[in-house]
Amino acid sequence: MSIISRNVFKVLLRASPNVAARTIHTTAPNATLADLPDSRVNATLIPGDGVGPELVYAVQEVFKAAGVPVDFESYFFSEVNPTLSAPLEKVAASIAKNRVCLKGILATPDYSHTGELQTLNMKLRNELDLYANVVHVKSLPGVRSRHTNVDCVIIREQTEGEYSALEHETVKGVVECLKIVTAQKSQRIAKFAFDYATKNKRKKVTAVHKANIMKLGDGLFLRSCEAMAKLYPKIEFERMIVDNCTMQMVSNPQQFDVMVTPNLYGNIVDNLASGLVGGAGVVAGASYSADCVVFEPGARHTFSEAVGKNVANPTAMLLCSAKLLNHVNLPGYGEMIRNAVNKVLHDGKVRTKDIGGQSNTQEFTYAVIYNLQPLQKPTQ
Amino acid sequence: MAATIIRRLTTPRASNARFYSSEIKKCTIIPGDGIGPEISAAVQKIFSVAQVPIEWESVDVTPVRGPDGKFGIPQAAIDSVNRNKIGLKGPLMTPVGKGHRSLNLALRKEFNLYANVRPCRSLEGYKTLYDHVDVVTIRENTEGEYSGIEHEIVDGVVQSIKLITEDASRRVAEFAFQYTKENKRRKLTAVHKANIMRMSDGLFLRCCREMAEKYPDVKFEEKYLDTVCLNMVQDPTQYDVLVMPNLYGDILSDMCAGLVGGLGLTPSGNIGLSGALFESVHGTAPDIAGQDKANPTALLLSAVMMLRYMGLNDHAVKIENACFETIKEAKYLTGDLGGKAKCSEFTNAICEKIGR
Repeated sequence: MSIISRNVFKVLLRASPNVAARTIHTTAPNATLADLPDSRVNATLIPGDGVGPELVYAVQEVFKAAGVPVDFESYFFSEVNPTLSAPLEKVAASIAKNRVCLKGILATPDYSHTGELQTLNMKLRNELDLYANVVHVKSLPGVRSRHTNVDCVIIREQTEGEYSALEHETVKGVVECLKIVTAQKSQRIAKFAFDYATKNKRKKVTAVHKANIMKLGDGLFLRSCEAMAKLYPKIEFERMIVDNCTMQMVSNPQQFDVMVTPNLYGNIVDNLASGLVGGAGVVAGASYSADCVVFEPGARHTFSEAVGKNVANPTAMLLCSAKLLNHVNLPGYGEMIRNAVNKVLHDGKVRTKDIGGQSNTQEFTYAVIYNLQPLQKPTQ
Repeated sequence: MAATIIRRLTTPRASNARFYSSEIKKCTIIPGDGIGPEISAAVQKIFSVAQVPIEWESVDVTPVRGPDGKFGIPQAAIDSVNRNKIGLKGPLMTPVGKGHRSLNLALRKEFNLYANVRPCRSLEGYKTLYDHVDVVTIRENTEGEYSGIEHEIVDGVVQSIKLITEDASRRVAEFAFQYTKENKRRKLTAVHKANIMRMSDGLFLRCCREMAEKYPDVKFEEKYLDTVCLNMVQDPTQYDVLVMPNLYGDILSDMCAGLVGGLGLTPSGNIGLSGALFESVHGTAPDIAGQDKANPTALLLSAVMMLRYMGLNDHAVKIENACFETIKEAKYLTGDLGGKAKCSEFTNAICEKIGR
C-alpha cells in the first residue's frame, strides 16, 4: 500500500507539484504506522511574522502528507500588525489549554505605538511563565560549515534579567535600564539545566555569566548555579565569563555540552551557536513552562527581507514540529519527519540558498515529503 | 564638548605631523606583570631599530598605599601619563583581594578613556577557520552595564542598573564616524538591542542616527546584537567598523579576536578626552613568564596603533609590515602560533626586516 501510494506520489509530484501535493494529501496519507492513535492532538499554531507563515505552511504540508494526527488552532499574532493580531489572552488561553504550541518568530520593532516597553514576545512568555528556553545546536549532516561535530544545548532563562522592560529617563539624556535577577528564578533555571543534563545523559553544565563586573546580579545567578551543582555530583560543573565563552565558541565549540545562561547572554550564545552550524534556518528550539511548551526556531530572526520569495529554509520549523510530536507522545511521526529532513540534507541534492543550494522552500518541502519513510512495526 | 574632542583627535594628526616627526616625543610605558616586561622590551627594541622618534618613560604601577589608606597606583605613574598624554601598557595582574582599586579603572577615569578600539585582522601565515576577517570594534567604555550600580532590593532580588547617557553615546558615535572616515573604511554598523531595551539602547541608537546625518559620506547601518553574532560567525567579511555600548563591545570584541586567533594577536587602543592608552588585552601568562617564550605581537600592534594616533604613519607602516611578513614567513613563530621560536628570535626577525 505504501509503495503504491509513494509511486503515485512520485509521478504526480513530477507532473505538477502544486496540484499534486494537494490531492495527495487528501487522498493518500503516507502513514501505515503501527500505533495509529484513535484520538487526535490539538496544538496552537502561531505563524509569526516574516517568513513564519511560509515555514508553517511547509510544516502543515508535511504533516498532511505524513498523516499526523495533530489539529492546529491557528492564531495570527503579531506586534508589527496590532490591528489584525489576536488578543494576547486568547492566544495564551489556547496554549494553556493545548499545552503545546508551534510558533514562528514574532518581529519586535524597536519602538511601540503605545509607548510600551514590553514586547509581545515578553508578554507571552510572562503570561505563560515560559521560563526555560532550550536550544539544541548540533551539526547537521550535509550542511557545510566551518565547524564540525558541534553538539551543545543552551538553556536560557527568559523571564527576567535584561528583558524586564524596566527603564526610565531619570533626567534628560540619562536613561537607566534595570536588569533584575532573582534567587528564585536563578535557582529554577539552574535546576532545570541540571535536570535536563541528567535526563539526556549529558556530562557537563557550563554557567555563563559576567559576575566579575555585575557582582551582585550575575553573582546571584552564578551562586545559584553553584549551589545547584552540589546537588548533582555526577555532572561536571564549570563557570565561564560570557566574553571568553563567545571567544571559545568560535574557536573550539566542541568543548561545550550543556550551557545555562541568564537572558541576554543566552540570546547571544544561541545565535552565535546557530551561526556555527548553518544559520537561523536550521536550528530548532523550545520554551518550557511548568505546564506547556512552545516550540520555535532557536535563533529568532523573522527574515523579513525574504517574505514571499519562497527562499527560506524550513528545516528549523520542521525540526521544531518533530520535537513537538515527540513531546505529545507521537514519537513515530516525529522520527519519521526528522529522518526525512536528515535524509534530504544528507543527500544534498535539494538545498535552500542559506546552506549553499539553489532550491526554494517548496522544493525542499516536497523533497522532505518524498523521503517520508513509514516506520516499521515494532516487533513484538 | 564633542567639537573639542574632535579637534583634539584630528588636528595633531593632520597638521602637526611634521612637528612630531622632527621632535622626540615622550611616551609612558607600563611594562606590566608576567610576560609584560619581556614583550615591552621587545617592542622597545623594535622601535629603536626603526628609529621611531619616541622616548620611553617607564613607570611602575605596583600598588602602593595612598594617603587615604587604600592601595592604588602610585601618583608618579599617574603624573607621567598625564604629562605625556600617551601611553603603552602591557598586561597587568588583576589585584586580588579588597582594597585595591583596579589600575585599568583608575587609568580609564584619569584619562576619560571613553572609546575602546579593537581592530581584528586575519594574519597571513596563521591559519584559523576564518579568512579575510577585517573588523574594527569600537566600544563605549565608561557606562552601560559597567556602571557598577547594583543593589539587593529585598532578599533574593537584585537589580543592576545599566546607565546610558546622551553625552557618552554621542561622543562615542562621533568618534566612530570620525574613525571610519579617516581610515577610509567601508561602513559603520551600530550594534544594539533596542527592540528589547527600547529606551536605553534606543537612546544610543538615536545618537548614532543623528551623527550619521552629519557624516553623509559614511555608510551607516543598524543591526541587532543577535543578528551580528549570527552573521559574524558565518561570514565576518560583511562587517567593517562596529560601534556599540559597553557590554556588547566587550563580548563582540573578544569574539572577533577569537575569529583571528585569540587575544595574543589583537591590538587595542583606548581613546580619551585627555590622552590615549594603548594596550595588549591578553593575560599575564605567569606560567611562561621570564622564559623568553611570549608572543609580543599584540603589544607591538598596539604600539603601531599608537604611532598612527600620533601621526607617525611612516614608522607605523614599516613596523607593521615587518611584523606581518615575519608571521607570514612562519620561520620564527612563537609557541602560541604553533612555532618553536623564542620571543627574542621573533623580535630579531622583525628588526632585521626593518633594517633592510
